[in-house]
Order: sequence, then structure tokens, then C-alpha cells
Amino acid sequence: MTTAFAILFYVATAVFVAGLAAKIARYTLVPAPLKIPTTPAPLTKAGVVFRMAREVVVFESLFKGNKPLWIFAALFHFGLLLVLIRHARYFMETVCAPVALLQPFGLYGALLMMAGLFLLAARRVVLPRIAYITGPSDWLLLVLLMLIGVSGGAMKLFAHTDIIAVKAFMLGLMHLEMRPLPADPVLAVHLGLVALLMIIFPFSKLLHAPGIFFSPTRNQTDNPRERRHVCAWAAKLDAGRE
Amino acid sequence: MAEKFETPVLGDPTERPMPVLIPGATADLKSYVAAPAHNEALGFPAQLVEDWKPKAIGLMGDLLSRYRSLQVFMDICVKCGACTDKCHYFIGTGDPKNMPVARQDLFRSIYRRYFTPAGKLVPGLVGAKELTRETLDEWFNYFHQCSQCRRCSVFCPYGIDTAEVSMAAREMLDQLGYGQKYCNEIIGKVHKIGNNLGLPPAALADTIEGLEEDIEAETGCAVKLPIDVEGAEVLLVTPSADFFAEPHVLGLIGYAKVFHQAGISWTLSTKASEAGNFGMFIGNYAQMKKIATRIHEAARELKVKRIVFGECGHAWRVAYSFLNTLVGPWDFLDPRYPVPQHILEVTNGLIANGGIKLDRSGNDNMVLAFHDSCNVARGARMGDRPGGQFVIPREVIKASVPKLVEMCPDTTHEKTFCCGGGGGLLTDELLEIRVKGAKPRMEALKQVVDSQGVTHMASLCAICKAQFTKILPYYGYDREMVVSVHQLVSNAIIMGNND
Repeated sequence: MTTAFAILFYVATAVFVAGLAAKIARYTLVPAPLKIPTTPAPLTKAGVVFRMAREVVVFESLFKGNKPLWIFAALFHFGLLLVLIRHARYFMETVCAPVALLQPFGLYGALLMMAGLFLLAARRVVLPRIAYITGPSDWLLLVLLMLIGVSGGAMKLFAHTDIIAVKAFMLGLMHLEMRPLPADPVLAVHLGLVALLMIIFPFSKLLHAPGIFFSPTRNQTDNPRERRHVCAWAAKLDAGRE
Repeated sequence: MAEKFETPVLGDPTERPMPVLIPGATADLKSYVAAPAHNEALGFPAQLVEDWKPKAIGLMGDLLSRYRSLQVFMDICVKCGACTDKCHYFIGTGDPKNMPVARQDLFRSIYRRYFTPAGKLVPGLVGAKELTRETLDEWFNYFHQCSQCRRCSVFCPYGIDTAEVSMAAREMLDQLGYGQKYCNEIIGKVHKIGNNLGLPPAALADTIEGLEEDIEAETGCAVKLPIDVEGAEVLLVTPSADFFAEPHVLGLIGYAKVFHQAGISWTLSTKASEAGNFGMFIGNYAQMKKIATRIHEAARELKVKRIVFGECGHAWRVAYSFLNTLVGPWDFLDPRYPVPQHILEVTNGLIANGGIKLDRSGNDNMVLAFHDSCNVARGARMGDRPGGQFVIPREVIKASVPKLVEMCPDTTHEKTFCCGGGGGLLTDELLEIRVKGAKPRMEALKQVVDSQGVTHMASLCAICKAQFTKILPYYGYDREMVVSVHQLVSNAIIMGNND
């Protein structure tokens, strides 16, 4: 099991990193030929950074659009953030102070995350509009995240696993050393699904995480009269004019 | 009115009920397909090409590599549904394919099938679909039921703008020889005659002469509407509807009075006798650039120092946001003024510095509401601060009329609703969707008519004005209820020597 999971995690990490890098490269290289910020928009770069921060941290546009959904999304995302911070200790030799400080909150984070996932899933059943736009892949990701949460919670609450050994395994992977992973079925499910999520990430709607930073309606400054904005392919059309 | 459809019943705009899904409700509401002559005039294939399928996939790949918006928006939608109840066409018709995400998915399903690994390997899982002849028909139908108003993009947590997707779809359809008659015929007229309405220079001159006589009869002032005057300070580029019909033309009279009283020399241009740029509607950069080039040429030839745009929503988006990109730089103009300026920026500045004087009693007994036009609200700006596009028109209206009332906040400013006729839908065969798409605006208007005695609604967009003039009677209101902002200025401005 140790070898299988070691290989799985190396593959998953490679796919995750290479897949994301390829997508981010694509988003960077494809030009935005026109100024299309959704106005009112900031007039300066600093303003854009602030607008983007509001979108990423407090989901400003979603708040304008749908209050219940905003709550559900916030539950899930902030819960997930706390859970991820709690899990950071598996990847550091000595746990740094902020991570140590936030450890206890990770448990509440898990509860928030699961509540968020349940509510997000319920919407897709209960509301006809949302049911209409929901496809199998939307369910796949919700179920995947729920199972990761449930298997993780099960290990915390009922079927404790040897987390010292898990940490040793993870640190070993980071140093290209093979250290034994506990042969625990719940742990295997948990880690297997996480690896699957990492592999799916760059090919799925989870691309919203890096993608939002490239969204021209949110990341452009409103200064088209002051500064001429021309991309490379559009500039070629200028040649020969006058 | 003997129509085949029912006008929606108006409810309370503050408690809009969830529309019931009626699949296929607008599946048969089709624009007319462009005739070969309309297509060929723009360099598009005369009719649907034989090898449409490989060509379509090639075109999609090309657009994905040229427009970051399209590439990013195709990937990052999480189907959260925040947009689903935001489109006026969905609210008015209940057709689920008028929900912004579902409209995008008509395009996205094809993108996934041909451009993503998941769509190639497990199409059923990720909603990837084969491109078929029926796909094109569905695209033609539903991408001409989007007015590119960008309201959905305000509420999307990632800023996904359905307008970008519908522009891309229309560009592909055009390149395949399956364009829309309304847009393509009008663009042809711009190239051939100089404006969307196809008014030749002689007719323009006639109209203008008549207007000058009317103004002099009304005010006793010899207000001129100069045309093709070399050396004027300002080139005014305005939608051709301003030369043609009320209430547009009353706005044009307003601009003329403002320039006259402020002592600013100005001119219209027969070459650039149209502010609108339908190249945006069809998502075609080259067309948009070609149409914008007329303005550049006119400004050079007439040796003007400033360019000012008249009241036209989509025109202002292209002018404000794209003109510098398309045909800049404008370094031959007076650097003290932004290029271009909106007529409302000019008028507001003159009101503030006393360059013109207004008397509200000129609009006695009028209670105004103001309809924020979608492309001005969400695709452009006025003045030097974000949101100036909301403040400046209201300042000018408040200076011109006794009372201005705000409509329901969910329907104004950046959350404003499209009039129902924008983005290439202002054509008679789409009347049903235009009437139904106007529902949310009509609800908000009815509320202030009933509760605050609103008598008129001002607009600063030629399409809004034409659309409301047409559809207001369906909701039991007078067609003349919609007025130009500069029509109000025209009624209030004190003519003659003010000193």
C-alpha cells in the first residue's frame, strides 16, 4: 500500500501542477483585445487588486446575486480553508505557530465545510432552475468532496489512524523517501479520493480557483480613454492604416 | 392589439417570484436569417457553407486563442446558478435556455467536446455534445435572444459575461454564412450610406434644415445644426435615429441648443452620421474597427478638436471602451478633453460652470424616472469617477425637471435591466421576446407610476427609446412616455442672451 500510494501521490501532484501550469500559461498567453471590465470598475491597478481581493475573499459579486448561495458557498470555502490549514501540519517538520494556533478551528471548519456541501447539494435537487443546469460532473465533485470529508471525519471521530506515521509518510514523499503508510482502509479511501481530486482539478470547473484572476471583467482597469489598450493580433490590423 | 402572444402580467419588482421553467417557450422565436446579399456585403459566405462542421470547430479554436474572456469563461463556470434569475428574457419567458448559464452552455457543450480532454474522453459526464446542424439552429435562436446587456456578469462570482459568449457565437455563425438579417443589413447600410437607417446626405440636410426652422419658430433663436463644417471645434457623432423619429430628434434639438448657448462651434458629419457600431453585436473585431474608422476619418477631414457622442447606449460602450483601441491614438485632437466625450459630460459641465442656464418650469408637471441603459451602466463610464455614468445623467435631469424619482434599486444603476431590445434584437420579427423581455423594467416603472405619480421615463440610448416607444402600449402606457435626456434639457434651457 505504501508504494501504491507513493506512486499515486507523485502522479497526482504531477498532473495537478502540470495541468494547472498549462492552463495558467494558456490564460496568460491568450490576449484580451478589448477593455471589458464590468463597470463601475476601478481606475487604478491598486483598485483592481482591491476589487479582486473582495471577490476572492468575500465573494462580493455572489453576495449581490444570491444571499443564501453566498452563505452556503462561504460555509464550504472557509470551512475548507480551515481544514486545509489544519492539514498543513502533515507537511511541515515542525508545526509553525499560525498552523498550531488554528488547529482546533480545523474541526469546526470540517463541520462548516460539510454543512456547506450538503446545502449546495440540496439546492441542486430542490430548485428547478439549479437542477436544470446541474450535470453529472457537478454531482461527481460534490460527492467526491463529501466522501473526503466523511472519511476524514471518521478517522478523527471513530476509526483513529496512526497520524504520526501518516505525517512521516508525507514528509518522506517530500524528501523522496519511502516511509510506511498505515494500512488503514478509511485512510486509503481518504487519501485515494484526495489524489483523485488533484488529478481531476485541472480538467474540471475547479479551474475557477485560478481562473477568476484572469477574468477580464474583473481584472481590468477602467482607463480606456487615457491609455490605448492594443493586443498583438489587433496591432497587426493597425499596420497599413494611414 | 391582435398579437399571437400574451403580454406578461406585471407584479411587484421588489418581490419578483421565481419564474416557472417552461422549456422551449421561445424555441420558435427566430430572427430572420441574413440574405446572401447582406452577408456578402460584409465579406461573409452568402449562405451556410457545405463544410460547416470542420469550419465551425476551426473558428471556435481561433476565437479561443484570440479572446481571453472566451477561453477563461468556457472553463471556470461552476454552475452555481447565481445568474439564473438575472436575465430579463428568462424572467419574461421562463424558457430555461434564456438563463445565462444555460445560454452559455449551448456554446460550452461544444467547446468541451472538441477542446477539452474530459469532453473527448467522457462527454456524457461533463455535458459535452457533438456539433450538429441542430446546434447551429439552436445557437442562431438563443444567441439572438441575448441582448448582450451584461447584467448576468454583475452577479457572477467570476464575472463571466454572457455577452462575450453570444458575440463569439454570432461571429462564428456569420463566418459560416448563417448570420442575422437585422444586424448584417444595418452594417451594410453603414458602409454604403454612412448610417444605420440608410439616410443619404441629401435627406440628412433636408431634415436638419427643417429642424433649424422649427427651433427658430419655437425659440426665436437661429440655432444651427451644422453639417460637414471644416474647422469646427466639436464633431458630434450621434445615432441616426436622432435625425429620424421622436423622441430621439427632440434630444438632437437639445444638443444643438446646448452648443448654441455655450458658444461651442460644432458639426455633424455625413460620413460619420451614425454613432452606433453593430460590429460589436456580431462580435466581429474587423467590422467594429471598420465602422469606427469612419469617425477617425471624419475627425481628420473636418479638422475638429474634440469628438462628442450623442445619446446612444451601445455606441457609448464602443466609443468609451473601444474607440481608442480600435482606431486610436487620437493625438491630433485637443488633449485637454477626453476622447471621446459624452454629450452628457459636456452638458453637465456647462450646467456646473454656468455655461448654460436651465429653468425647470420648462418641464412643468413632469415627474421623471430614469432608465439606466445597460451598455452605459455596465460597459462604460462618464466623468472622472467610477459610477459617473449614473451620477451625471441624474444631475442633468435634476437640473431640468421639477422631480426625478428612483425606480426599485434592483433595476437601476449597475443592476439595471435591458430595455428588451438591445444587442441586435430591435427588429419586428422578435417583437414577442422584446415585449416579454421588457417585463422587469415595466414592473419597476409601474411601481413608481402608481406610487409616486411618474409621468415620463428618460433614456439616453437610441435603442432604449425606440424599444420603449414600441412596447409601452403593450403594457397600457403611452408611447410618448419615454423621453430623451436632452429633450428635457431642450425644454428647460434658457435661450438667448443670459448675461
